[in-house]
Amino acid sequence: MDIPFVVQPRQDTGLYNAKVGIWIFLASEVMLFGALFSSYILLRVGAPDDYWPRGWLNVPIGTVNTIVLITSSITTVMAWASCKLNQFGRFKVFHACTMVLALTFVCIKSYEYHDKFTHYEITLKDGRIADGHIVANNPKGDSVVISGRYVQDRKDLYDLEVRKAPHHHEEITIPRSQIADMESYGPWHNTYLAIYFTLTGLHALHVIGGAIVIGFLWGPGSKMWETDPERFTNRIEISGLFWHFVDLVWIFLFPVLYLI
Amino acid sequence: MQPAAPSIPYPGLHEARHEEAGFWRTYVFSTDHKVIGIQYGITALCFLFFGLCLMLVMRWQIAHPGEAVPVIGPLLAALFGDMAAKGTVSPDLYNSFGAMHGTIMVFMAIVPLAFAAFGNYVVPLQIGAADMAFPRVNMASYQAYVIGGVIMFTSFFIPGGPAQTGWTMYPPVSLTIPTDGTTFWIIGMVFLITSSLLGAVNFITTIIQLRAPGMTWMRLPFFVWAQFVTAFLLLLAFPPLEAAAVMQLMDRVAHTSFFLPTGLAVGGTLAHVSGGGSPLLWQHLFWFLAHPEVYVLILPALGIVAEIIANNTRKPLYGYKSLVYSVLTIGFLSFIVWAHHMYLTGMGVKIATFFQTTTMIISIPSVIVLTCLFISLWGGSIRFNTPMLFVMAFLPMFGIGGLTGLPLGLSYSDIHLHDTYYVIAHFHYIVAPGTIFALFAGVYYWFPKITGRMMNEFWGRVHFWLSLLFMNLVFQPMFAQGMAGMLRRMADGGANYSQARVEGAIGGLSSGIMSLHTYILWAAVGLALAQIPFIINLFWSIKKGKPAGSDNPWESTTLEWQTPTPPPHGNFAKPPEVHRGPYEYSVPGHTRDFTPQNEPE
Repeated sequence: MDIPFVVQPRQDTGLYNAKVGIWIFLASEVMLFGALFSSYILLRVGAPDDYWPRGWLNVPIGTVNTIVLITSSITTVMAWASCKLNQFGRFKVFHACTMVLALTFVCIKSYEYHDKFTHYEITLKDGRIADGHIVANNPKGDSVVISGRYVQDRKDLYDLEVRKAPHHHEEITIPRSQIADMESYGPWHNTYLAIYFTLTGLHALHVIGGAIVIGFLWGPGSKMWETDPERFTNRIEISGLFWHFVDLVWIFLFPVLYLI
Repeated sequence: MQPAAPSIPYPGLHEARHEEAGFWRTYVFSTDHKVIGIQYGITALCFLFFGLCLMLVMRWQIAHPGEAVPVIGPLLAALFGDMAAKGTVSPDLYNSFGAMHGTIMVFMAIVPLAFAAFGNYVVPLQIGAADMAFPRVNMASYQAYVIGGVIMFTSFFIPGGPAQTGWTMYPPVSLTIPTDGTTFWIIGMVFLITSSLLGAVNFITTIIQLRAPGMTWMRLPFFVWAQFVTAFLLLLAFPPLEAAAVMQLMDRVAHTSFFLPTGLAVGGTLAHVSGGGSPLLWQHLFWFLAHPEVYVLILPALGIVAEIIANNTRKPLYGYKSLVYSVLTIGFLSFIVWAHHMYLTGMGVKIATFFQTTTMIISIPSVIVLTCLFISLWGGSIRFNTPMLFVMAFLPMFGIGGLTGLPLGLSYSDIHLHDTYYVIAHFHYIVAPGTIFALFAGVYYWFPKITGRMMNEFWGRVHFWLSLLFMNLVFQPMFAQGMAGMLRRMADGGANYSQARVEGAIGGLSSGIMSLHTYILWAAVGLALAQIPFIINLFWSIKKGKPAGSDNPWESTTLEWQTPTPPPHGNFAKPPEVHRGPYEYSVPGHTRDFTPQNEPE
């Protein structure tokens, strides 16, 4: 039994099966991320004044990651073009670059996550709030050391963009007996971080999934080049379309979460 | 003229069968769309029966609050411990059963049966394809469905029991309720959504790419159109629920506050949450799925009904093009009516007006579809076999369900009817004597293609008449109860709330309204018993049924009947070529009253 149009396009649609399939699949992905972006909008609109964080993410790092992902999209196209031009060696080189770039992206993202998980907001019993990155937090010790600052009003922690006044970071030692509440900047901290971790986490899963598929086609899957180069090229195109979509999601994520 | 339905196997058929290898490959890990369709069908029928059983326990509790459940009471007590002490149904258990009845019926029974089972078996055959476009994706779709079903089912056996907050899983109560059932529900749901997604991608690609030569869009049987639109609804409506499910999962496991508002108090104390979330956000995301989902439930049923009507009236469908354009319109409009489920949430009058308007607009194409199907009966020499009986009952039942929906779609009348038994009666009329009747019709109709044998006609009729009678006895009284003001989701059937037992209380429900519970209980038991002839008939006929006698026992025009029975792996021994529209019945000047689509001019 042979299913037609696996490799060659159908005449009236001009497409082969997998290409229809991936576009249909991407339409559903648009709805998935669309729902999350809509939730972002509703949560932000519904937040009380002055309590939507601004400037909490590192824009230069985000920019670097954007460039990394765009570059990986370019190498993906080049890999596909190399297949079309019958240059298997160049394909290997370009897709090796894609995977290195994907790995770079994930590493940078993990660094950003780590930065948030080690960043604490500590409410003291006297009402002051200490905010900063953890330096020493021995569970058995009787104090916590952070590198940060004290604020009187929680609001001062939210808009780091407008209040450009350079705040001084110093090492603060807080006895445990004075701590009323201590919470890291994880997804539980507020709805901004919740949607930040959900959106970027889901996106990171897409990056990892895409990288695994591309890795398979680069490694063991590339044997198909010997037997059915045309079908193999199609596979590269399909995985590339998915990769471009993942890239595109980031192009939206970056301004939404980092810039505005 | 060629012989229309050769009952001798095509040459090459024998070789095609030889490709199949081993029990596991053939029946469990099959990539053949027909086997997957049957797998889906059997699994979904089991879930359908299970959902019915849950309902029976609930109906007992409503009619006899606090009394031990007969027969299975000890089993409940053993399974659920304190939740079913001495075999009675506690409010917690009632809530669990209610939530799981809805979830199982919608996501694990009707959709897999209507869309995945019938769609998988019939669509590739009707468009003249050898299989689905992505057979292995198809297999993965079924496996994801089974995994999701197992996770849902497992939640019955965890401490605290399954989810308790309705099939809608509204936060904050779903998040604060002390059972992990909600987490199981969410994870199970993610698998079910993945399953639908894979199925939808596969269906759309198959219908676009694998139509046989000559099978143009306007020559597609209406069933294929219905499945095509359904696939788009699943494709585009489910992801927002997946997003919402991920957010609710984050709320549960990562303690985020997507759906938890600031100042939330649980049990009188302030909850330790960051707050800032919106319970309304969940409702929007949920109903953005769940309204198109309603059309996912009904469109495949309309497709089955159309096929059977054309076949048994022996004349073309009336207004084929109107039907096609109507389902396309329904598909589009179903995405912009969702908030008519939320008139009482306080989302605002202006928004309610918008959604009320779109809701009234979507009733127009729905009425066109039903009218076309009714007019198709006009002047036909109707064959009253079992599938046709179910279809004939479907039309008025679906009509009742649809028309009773109009007062719910108008924001002012909905204020009175919202969350009452009227709503339950309304949507069950759509889904139970509506969709499920169409599914029964489909089973009786396509059974000879799947097995080569007919189902027993007499017991089919018994099944039909008893089901029709009891369906109406179950759901008709609920309209009265709902209009009298009886709320749904009351673990005691409103015995306390209704104040019926308090002397001189104003606004209480009359004892007449309350006593309907007893009649509904026995009608529900009757409905369950009425399914026994069907279950026996289904299994008995596989081996012992009357042989169909030909590949096309109903003398149908569509392509699925122009194959050997049962169709071999690869379906068509030689690729079919389509020369005409799908419903060329009783064409003047022809010797027979049907002209198959693949018959040359």
